[in-house]
Amino acid sequence: MSDETKQGLQSPFRRKLLMGMAALPALTMLPRPSFGAGPATSAVNTTGLAVTDTEVTVGILHSATGTMAISETGSIEAEKLAIEQINAMGGVLGRKIKFIQEDGASDWPTFAEKAKKLLVNDKVASIMGCWTSASRKAVLPVVEQYNGMLYYPTFYEGLEQSKNVIYTGQEATQQILAGLNWIAKEKGAKTFFFIGSDYIWPRTSNKIARKHVENVLKGKVVGEEYYALGSTQFNSVINKIKLTKPDVIFTDVVGGSNVAFYKQLKAAGVDLSKQALLTISVTEDEIDGIGGENIAGAYACMKYFQSLDNPNNKAFVPAFQKMWGEKTVIGDVTQAAYLGPWLWKLTCEKAQSFDVDKIAAASPGVEFKGAPEGYVRIHENHHLWSKTRVGRAKLDGQFELIFETADLVEPDPFPKGYQ
Amino acid sequence: MIINSRFFNRSELIGFIALAAILFVILPLTLDVFRLNLVAKYLTYAFVAIGLVLCWGYGGILSLGQGVFFGLGGYCMAMFLKLEASSVENTKIQSTPGIPDFMDWNQITALPLFWQPFHSLTLTILLIILVPGLFALIIGTAMFKRRVGGTYFAIITQAIAAILTILIVGQQGYTGGINGMTDLRTLKGWDIRPDHAKVILYFVEVVLLFACIGIAQFIRLTKLGRILVAMREQEDRVRFSGYSVANFKIFAFCMAAVFAAIGGAMFALNVGFMSPSFVGIVPSIEMVIYTAVGGRMSIFGAVWGAILVNFAKTSLSESFPQLWLFGLGALFIAVVLAFPNGLSGLWADYVQPRIDRLWASRKSKSEWADTSVADGAPAE
Repeated sequence: MSDETKQGLQSPFRRKLLMGMAALPALTMLPRPSFGAGPATSAVNTTGLAVTDTEVTVGILHSATGTMAISETGSIEAEKLAIEQINAMGGVLGRKIKFIQEDGASDWPTFAEKAKKLLVNDKVASIMGCWTSASRKAVLPVVEQYNGMLYYPTFYEGLEQSKNVIYTGQEATQQILAGLNWIAKEKGAKTFFFIGSDYIWPRTSNKIARKHVENVLKGKVVGEEYYALGSTQFNSVINKIKLTKPDVIFTDVVGGSNVAFYKQLKAAGVDLSKQALLTISVTEDEIDGIGGENIAGAYACMKYFQSLDNPNNKAFVPAFQKMWGEKTVIGDVTQAAYLGPWLWKLTCEKAQSFDVDKIAAASPGVEFKGAPEGYVRIHENHHLWSKTRVGRAKLDGQFELIFETADLVEPDPFPKGYQ
Repeated sequence: MIINSRFFNRSELIGFIALAAILFVILPLTLDVFRLNLVAKYLTYAFVAIGLVLCWGYGGILSLGQGVFFGLGGYCMAMFLKLEASSVENTKIQSTPGIPDFMDWNQITALPLFWQPFHSLTLTILLIILVPGLFALIIGTAMFKRRVGGTYFAIITQAIAAILTILIVGQQGYTGGINGMTDLRTLKGWDIRPDHAKVILYFVEVVLLFACIGIAQFIRLTKLGRILVAMREQEDRVRFSGYSVANFKIFAFCMAAVFAAIGGAMFALNVGFMSPSFVGIVPSIEMVIYTAVGGRMSIFGAVWGAILVNFAKTSLSESFPQLWLFGLGALFIAVVLAFPNGLSGLWADYVQPRIDRLWASRKSKSEWADTSVADGAPAE
């Protein structure tokens, strides 16, 4: 931790200064936080959404209970923070955002039921929600049928695009390809060993990674293994790794399994400062459980790290920790969840309407300059243009930024040549 | 075969009329379609609960694996609906059009053989009954013929639930894995998603539910029902009297499985979704809890248990997103500790006597004595 304080936040004064600087562009947009000054309700809401002259209702739909709660809590917190900040700045189209929170309970049909409740009963103008692919797949038909708007925060497998969804996380090619290119160049890596949890996201990600390794990098995949969600026995695969000696271990093991995996890896004598390991599934949140000493040295490839050094992030991290506790860590998905309410607000203002059809049509091209990750813009395919970054895990559980792409990476949910 | 000349005694008749009035008239008139659809979802568990009353309440066979049959029925239905939703037109975007999307993601290029029967609705309906029925027959024969019962049987059913979940999750190319089968759209071209379809499906389900209640009640009243109860109380005496205990147990278990499967199929239709989270250990135990809360001796009690517990689940989770699981847990503990016979026991102990007294004050004394015996023991 001491390392970090030296890097960025030397004094409370500087912290305040930075926060003020970050808020500056926003100030010019909406000068005073008074509600009810926006355009007439009949003009901005023609489809019977829950919009009054002073308020607009949105839904938050994540798992507050069950196995996914540990991951999704960060998203809930980020969304609430964003909503609070937007309200402090005057809300959306002169209206205060009111949110209704529902619990998906880590159970996919419950997600579908609650999404339907939010859309049909509460008439919410948009939903910030879902985390796992399974929950999104369950909610998607509901959002499409009742014409809702979903802001989905998680990095995911792609192969999907919907008028009713804005994907604020990265899709697989965006996340993976730059990282593989970097490690192939930097480490001269030729042989890769894939380990993943057994469901759609790791399988699709590894499929894309395999095609890239074999066709573009001209390397070789020496092993590919999958473990059931929640699995805790990785000894056999660790033995295989020791036998095949790959240049890079590429992992997309998710959730609690990570704790067992990295501990067993360390116990088996695999030294991550010598053996390159690239993960696309471990964020600061997971390291909280794994323990920094067990994973230090591993590389992670995603779009956001808590330690990013830019003015937006320097304002975002303290604001988040002020609201949710000094010890709270912020991972990639949490940051992506924070983008949801902001992108929705900006889109509403661009469309001058809350109507879902207009929001969907106005979304492409909307840019958010205050994003903690730097800058994002919505693509025609409803995914985000964003940079891809590689970080290296440190003992204190934070990542040190090693590499970032020079330009924003184009989202490509249906990648040609990778299917 | 029927011992009692009347199909329902008086208190059961009241229960029957009350349930029918509420499900057929009051709920459809008072609830909006969204809530009605939720009730339809709760009622799918009532099928399982009725099966459990037969097999656990009467037969004394505690099965902790009813989710398996619920899941098999649900998956059969979902496979039919998924195939219909995966027409070549709808799946142009895939590398192999015309197969379900999850197969395409898993690099499967042709429809597997065991999916073929699900092109036909008639075959699907047959399979919804036959697959779980046969599966229960195999498990039942293997267990009961060897006189495995009680706790061991419960543990084995639970293991089967765990195995089936692992199988479904592991074979995601063929089953949709942990995501399950989503985005089910039409039944023979009839869109199951809009509001009017939900209402029709609700009524179809309630009719089926009453058919199952009728079958369960019929079984209860026949000699077969008596033997089930006798078996539960003194298995050896029944055996020594010359009855094949195993066959009766297998029968009860198979009936419970088929009921559960019908519930599962209706679930897939009403919710438009099927996933392994209804197959595993936790949902199977929850199903036993519905039955216990409602009263495992009472068919109507079990239906009420399924409706009320699920209603509590929905409303608690809507009001207290962070704390609702604790509230639900407390509810279960309270019910089981305070009223071991569940809600129907509560009814029989406190409400029924009052009604009887009111009734008796109007009727002659002889008739009062006649019915009170039957009412005091609604279980048998």
